[in-house]
Amino acid sequence: MKRIVILGAGTAGTMMANKLRNTLDKEEWNITIVDQFKTHYYQPGFLFIPFGIYNKEDVIKPKADFIPAGVDMIFSAIDRVEGEANKVYLEGGKILNYDYLIVATGTKTYPEETPGLKDKLWYKEIFDFYTVEGAVALQKFFKGWEGGKLVMAITEVPYKCPVAPLEFVFLADAYFTGIGIRDKVDITFVTPMSGAFTKPIATKMLSELLEEKNIKVIPDFYIEHVDNDGKKLVSYDELEIPFDVLTVVPVNMGDALVERSGLGDDMNFVLTDKETLQSKKFENVFVLGDAANIPTSKAGSVAHFASEILFENLMSAMEGRPLKAKFDGHANCYIETGHGKGALIDFNYDTEPLPGTFPLPGIGPFGLLKNTKINHYGKVMFRWIYWHILLKGKELPVEPLMTMAGKKRVN
Amino acid sequence: MAQKTLAGKTVEVTDEGYLVNRKDWTKEIAIEIAKEEGIELTEKHFEVIEYLRKESAAGAQLSIRKVGKSGIVDIKGLYQLFPGGPLKYSSKFAGISKPASCV
Repeated sequence: MKRIVILGAGTAGTMMANKLRNTLDKEEWNITIVDQFKTHYYQPGFLFIPFGIYNKEDVIKPKADFIPAGVDMIFSAIDRVEGEANKVYLEGGKILNYDYLIVATGTKTYPEETPGLKDKLWYKEIFDFYTVEGAVALQKFFKGWEGGKLVMAITEVPYKCPVAPLEFVFLADAYFTGIGIRDKVDITFVTPMSGAFTKPIATKMLSELLEEKNIKVIPDFYIEHVDNDGKKLVSYDELEIPFDVLTVVPVNMGDALVERSGLGDDMNFVLTDKETLQSKKFENVFVLGDAANIPTSKAGSVAHFASEILFENLMSAMEGRPLKAKFDGHANCYIETGHGKGALIDFNYDTEPLPGTFPLPGIGPFGLLKNTKINHYGKVMFRWIYWHILLKGKELPVEPLMTMAGKKRVN
Repeated sequence: MAQKTLAGKTVEVTDEGYLVNRKDWTKEIAIEIAKEEGIELTEKHFEVIEYLRKESAAGAQLSIRKVGKSGIVDIKGLYQLFPGGPLKYSSKFAGISKPASCV
């Protein structure tokens, strides 16, 4: 019996387990998936929790519900991978041998990487919304808040779901307008990048949203530490931003097991061929989702598109053929803009987000780089699609590689 | 996109003055772009620039933290070399694309 081991039962690992079990002969291939946690989170939903649109129950289900029969699910922490020996060491000493390994251990937030972040104001006046605990704590805080300076700050790139902080400030504007205290809330968006938008066409099409909603942007601000007593952010070049409540995207890094296994870069993202999705260290190791160091967004849609390429290449590898499928970095992301509207972007390694229609050229129903009601419904419906179609590895009517059909070149 | 003559060579640059083709890069071009931003390049600047060119050619995602961990310079030092926006300016002088997010 040959064996495929998948590390991580999040979006990427779960999709892959389903795809592989649907295809590979049960007599020939054992599939084993390992994860230390039992709960699957619908992470796109975290963003809605602070504003009371979703609650915790709306975003959690047992991981085991999505692992198909015929796949061995092991709940355990993972110590390390020994690539030369084709072995995975679980915590406690259990060893799994593999013929092929898929690393899908994702990215994690490390607030402790920024001095003063996880300190006395943590979950009192400083929050993240990349964990369910942070999102729920922020919901409670907002319920009693009477206004002041709300600062949304990004500590470092890359981070999971690059549009989420933007969506957060848009939804905050709508939320505080809705409860009648928008005039008492000052919203500031702080980024280490050169702006809230960095791609020329998206900047042209969407940056007016920030002005319209009276959201102040402070670019090129790289946080050195958070001053808890003075309630301010301090940058490496000694600039300061005061806050009453701080929402933050902590530093993202890959799982520490990547470091213990010698598979990654200095941020513990796995060194990965951006086209074949094969590890750069070992031929029989593949990487899916946020765990990879490929230069595209860390997002579920990327994991979904990449899973089809990885699947093809894994089949080729098993048959001793060259890896012919090439991933293009395709990503597709909704951007909630508040008041029941949203925008949509579709792009890859080489093509920045362009205006147009999606998925059907000329028809849509979704509008690319446009702020519409139907795009918002797309995001709302997506939660159902995620649980019922996407995780189960079923086909969606969207091609894995990006297409120019339906997009307009802009000068 | 526009054409620009830098250190006697005509090259294509973006609207923000970043080289379109990394192969066009020379030390002399780096010095001239830096001058436009009011920065005089030293050996230390070039160590950072060479590191960025190497990492970017290998397909790595660049970040201020990554440069800080490179052993060449710490983050405070990087700010002193490239004040105001260290990754933005160092990438510009290195002839690689502007650090960008997805939108």
